[in-house]
Amino acid sequence: MNLELQWRVEELLARYAQVLDDGPLEAWPELFTEQCLYQIIPRDNFDAGLPLAIMRCESRGMLMDRVRSVQETIVFEPRYLRHHITNVRIGQVEGSRLEAVSHYSVIEVLPDSLPHILSVGRYLDVLEDRDGVLRFLEKRVVYDSVLVPNSIIYPL
Amino acid sequence: MLTWPEGGITEVPYQIYTDPDIYAQEMARIFCGDSWAYVGLEVEIPEPGDYLVTNIGDRSVVITRDEQGALSGFANRCAHRGVKICRHRKGSSRMFVCPYHQWSYNAHGELRGVPFIRGVQQQGGMPEDFDRADYNLPRLRVTSRGGVLFATFSEATPDLETYLGDTNATYFDRVFDGRALTVLGYSRQLIPGNWKLMFENIKDPYHASLLHVFLVTFGLFRADQKSQVRMDPSGAHGLLISQRGAQKQSADTQDIQSLKENFTLHDPRLLDPVKEFPGDATVVMQTIWPNLIVQQQSNTLALRQIQPRGPEAFELAWTFFGYADDDEAMTTRRLRQANLMSSAGLVSADDSEVIKMAQDGVRPYASDYSSAKGVLLMGGRGREDENHMVTEAAIRAFYAHYRVVMGL
Repeated sequence: MNLELQWRVEELLARYAQVLDDGPLEAWPELFTEQCLYQIIPRDNFDAGLPLAIMRCESRGMLMDRVRSVQETIVFEPRYLRHHITNVRIGQVEGSRLEAVSHYSVIEVLPDSLPHILSVGRYLDVLEDRDGVLRFLEKRVVYDSVLVPNSIIYPL
Repeated sequence: MLTWPEGGITEVPYQIYTDPDIYAQEMARIFCGDSWAYVGLEVEIPEPGDYLVTNIGDRSVVITRDEQGALSGFANRCAHRGVKICRHRKGSSRMFVCPYHQWSYNAHGELRGVPFIRGVQQQGGMPEDFDRADYNLPRLRVTSRGGVLFATFSEATPDLETYLGDTNATYFDRVFDGRALTVLGYSRQLIPGNWKLMFENIKDPYHASLLHVFLVTFGLFRADQKSQVRMDPSGAHGLLISQRGAQKQSADTQDIQSLKENFTLHDPRLLDPVKEFPGDATVVMQTIWPNLIVQQQSNTLALRQIQPRGPEAFELAWTFFGYADDDEAMTTRRLRQANLMSSAGLVSADDSEVIKMAQDGVRPYASDYSSAKGVLLMGGRGREDENHMVTEAAIRAFYAHYRVVMGL
């Protein structure tokens, strides 16, 4: 077992949660490789082999476009999010490429409401370890909470 | 129950967004009355014995294909103790067995089996005069057009073609043109607002050119584009038809403060629409009474089913689809453009957010009868078809029909 690799993956996931929850949001795409695939997929679709994702970014550029849309075009109620990422397990390692699975939940706080769970599910990640830096080559967010409480504005 | 404001269809009382009694009447008169409710796609239940579970209004129903392949359906609650019979959203079964006391029904909701009907060892059992035929489940008539399934609880609902009217049937057939459909996936969201706010939103081109900065920025939908709103004679159904423009500022877009002229995409593949339907329209949003929105926005095809959950919430159930003969590039394009839609949509998240804000705004004022009403005066007081976007005529038409059905 490679404890250092385990620690590096957990560190990346912690950084991931930090940029989404506390900002800066612009740092989120930096955690991905230039060519990457990010998808948020309802579990029903995932289990049935249906390809539809509610968020689908096929490059770091598309991630940046999503960030800019959140910041400048989407009209939404202000909110705080808090990610909790657990049960991190590293799967297959092949050269500079490795798989990792983890569980997540995201608590959402809207201005006039008590906190509630926005989303709960799994991260199915493929990471690239290049020049001592781990980045997401692919990230699939598969959410069990298929009935979304209203809107998902920020990436999960 | 409620006195409608003097302004008629130009005014909407807040009470209809919050009142539980009005809501109960809506479920009975609108959703379970003389209407064809969207319930699914034929491709979801292709084989004899297949079924799906959905809602008409807030009532759970099972839509089936019987052993002969005919479409049918019934209320998803056992005649015995009211228990929900089907727990899975989809499946295949010849009989439908209630989990509680195992009363069993066929694909038409007809009661076939009652365990211990004659008792056990001469004890118990149903009374002599018990007749299974008295306990069949409320049955649905189910019809299909272009592979899309509609159901009604009422024997009086006219055939679907008559129900839609010529114009709406023609536009419906534009998307459902007989080609086999492929489901790309589902997306579900629970929107904390009254269900009618969703219809108002889709029947309102006025907001689209202001609220949806993303659409406006990329010329996908703008007030200065050629467009129309068209209704059926009753006002129940509506069409919002528009043509895509270019990303540039014109004199008419000066009012749109939110236009981001310098926003260019890092990855333009997100918006790479290709023409796939005859005619000039690039966006057709069709609203079909009482629960369906058919969306053709560039190459995103989706059905949005409205399932009310009490007066102050509704589920919006999205089915994204394409055609069986789509090539890989078209499927990818549809999946990419889906980024604009549903709960995380670059465009439609604006709508779910603003619907919540509308409900939050209306709720505390709904009981203030003298002033608690919304205004629908854009484009005049009429409810006729228009050849521009700066109008609320389609919402006025919707409320004209609503008032007739509700007796308000």
